[in-house]
Amino acid sequence: MTTNLADIREAFSFFDSWEDKYRFVIDLGRELKIMPEADKTEANLVRGCQSQVWITSSVDSASGNLHFALDSDAHIVRGLIAIVLAAYEGRTPEQIVAFDIDGLFEELALLQHLSPTRGNGLRAMVAKIRDTAAQQMGT
Amino acid sequence: MNAKEHLAEMDIRSDFPILDQTIGGQPLVYLDNAATTQKPRAVIAAISNYYLHDNANVHRGAHALADRATRDFEAARESLRALINARTSSEVIFTRGTTESINLVANGLTQQFKPGDEILITLLEHHANIVPWQMLAARTGAVLKACEITQSGDIDMESFRACLSPRTRLVAVGHVSNALGTINPIAEMIALAHDAGALVLIDGAQAIAHLPVNVQDLNCDFYAFSGHKMFGPTGIGVLYGKETLLDAMPPWQGGGEMIERVTIESSTWNSLPYKFEAGTPNMAGAVGLGAAVRYIAGLPREALLMAEDTLVQRTVSGLKQIAGVRLVGEPEHRLSAVSFLVDNSHPNDIGTLLDQQGIAVRTGHHCTMPLMARLGVPGTVRASFSLYNSQDDVDSLLRGVDKALTFL
Repeated sequence: MTTNLADIREAFSFFDSWEDKYRFVIDLGRELKIMPEADKTEANLVRGCQSQVWITSSVDSASGNLHFALDSDAHIVRGLIAIVLAAYEGRTPEQIVAFDIDGLFEELALLQHLSPTRGNGLRAMVAKIRDTAAQQMGT
Repeated sequence: MNAKEHLAEMDIRSDFPILDQTIGGQPLVYLDNAATTQKPRAVIAAISNYYLHDNANVHRGAHALADRATRDFEAARESLRALINARTSSEVIFTRGTTESINLVANGLTQQFKPGDEILITLLEHHANIVPWQMLAARTGAVLKACEITQSGDIDMESFRACLSPRTRLVAVGHVSNALGTINPIAEMIALAHDAGALVLIDGAQAIAHLPVNVQDLNCDFYAFSGHKMFGPTGIGVLYGKETLLDAMPPWQGGGEMIERVTIESSTWNSLPYKFEAGTPNMAGAVGLGAAVRYIAGLPREALLMAEDTLVQRTVSGLKQIAGVRLVGEPEHRLSAVSFLVDNSHPNDIGTLLDQQGIAVRTGHHCTMPLMARLGVPGTVRASFSLYNSQDDVDSLLRGVDKALTFL
């Protein structure tokens, strides 16, 4: 179950405290589907200095759309992942490559979490999603 | 006036302009001092003055600016010599920091190591005191061993003794653990290592800003530290080494300054410390670090250390009273750092929620992955204190953790 990006944007427009915002992010993470332990392999791991994220992807052979499963060992990162998924899940490779993820995180005032210094693995995960899409476009 | 009132009178915090700011509308509480310390006005002014008035390449030009720059650069070296009580300033090598200092020794010892020789470290070490030795071992066929720690996060001295052997050529150990705050019994370890015929390098990165260090009393062979963790600028640090040992090591970087005479066929080396300072050094950095040393020297260090320990103890007992918080490491002697975990959450969650409250801590593995693996934790939340921290900072941290718990 992926949360709709429009719903996320609308919810964020009502927050006037960091507390509300982060409670919402953590709740998004709680609603995120848990990745089966069997998929949390070394190959699917994106290592961050602080937290780790796992990613698996597949292509819908009929539509060519990409599907992703993501997970993390940290609550807030799981919530941020839910936002990333809302942007990318089930989209075409072209849509994924064209999507301005930095713009979205800036709009939600969460851009610091995408910064390379945070070391939470989120930036590397976004890069991996975009690489997957770019490769798909090349095939 | 007692020592406590005297410290309050000094208002050390106001020497550090960066601390006077808000983060997201809340006053900054800086508790990431084990990562880097903030800089007092005196250091910022020294760097600024150097560029405003004195900048020139040291040891080279025949002009007034070069003379002044060289004088200030060498005065900084002398200040550092005095800080650690090295016998002579030629035993004080400027490096980029602790990491480069350790790498310099690891490279310099290459020719002295044979296959089967042993390098002994501990499970508490920072990656900077692990990886250079792995690389030395890979170059020479030497074996890297790590002695055990106890459940409390102290070095297991039984294990240390058992790991020492006639084949041990070098012991490398941190003075203070960056992850757990453990003060290691280095005097005892140095003596034991020397009895076994091994050289000893002390990684002093976490100690130098807090503890008095006397390299002659310690009788360590090498002592490495960084300027930026002792209120100085980044990109400058020190390797102390005994003169005879440094003399016996070949240079590890070639270039200007480190030579005596160069022909196309070969070169001869400059004397210590210049043999190990190839190229134009970080002159402004050295001048800034010299100012940091003078700043520290002007403070009542013993009283500050006691005040800091009070904060650390207040943090430890405060965290213990919060249900769901677990301390990671309860060393017998602790300096500056307190590591902890919160049930059902990742250190990153706590770090993020504290950051939202203006509280700067470090979360993660603290560049001590073997230690985290040994403790069976993914990482920790670490608060680390310095001389400008206050009881209010501790209370903000404790309130912040309480609040973070309501989210999880």
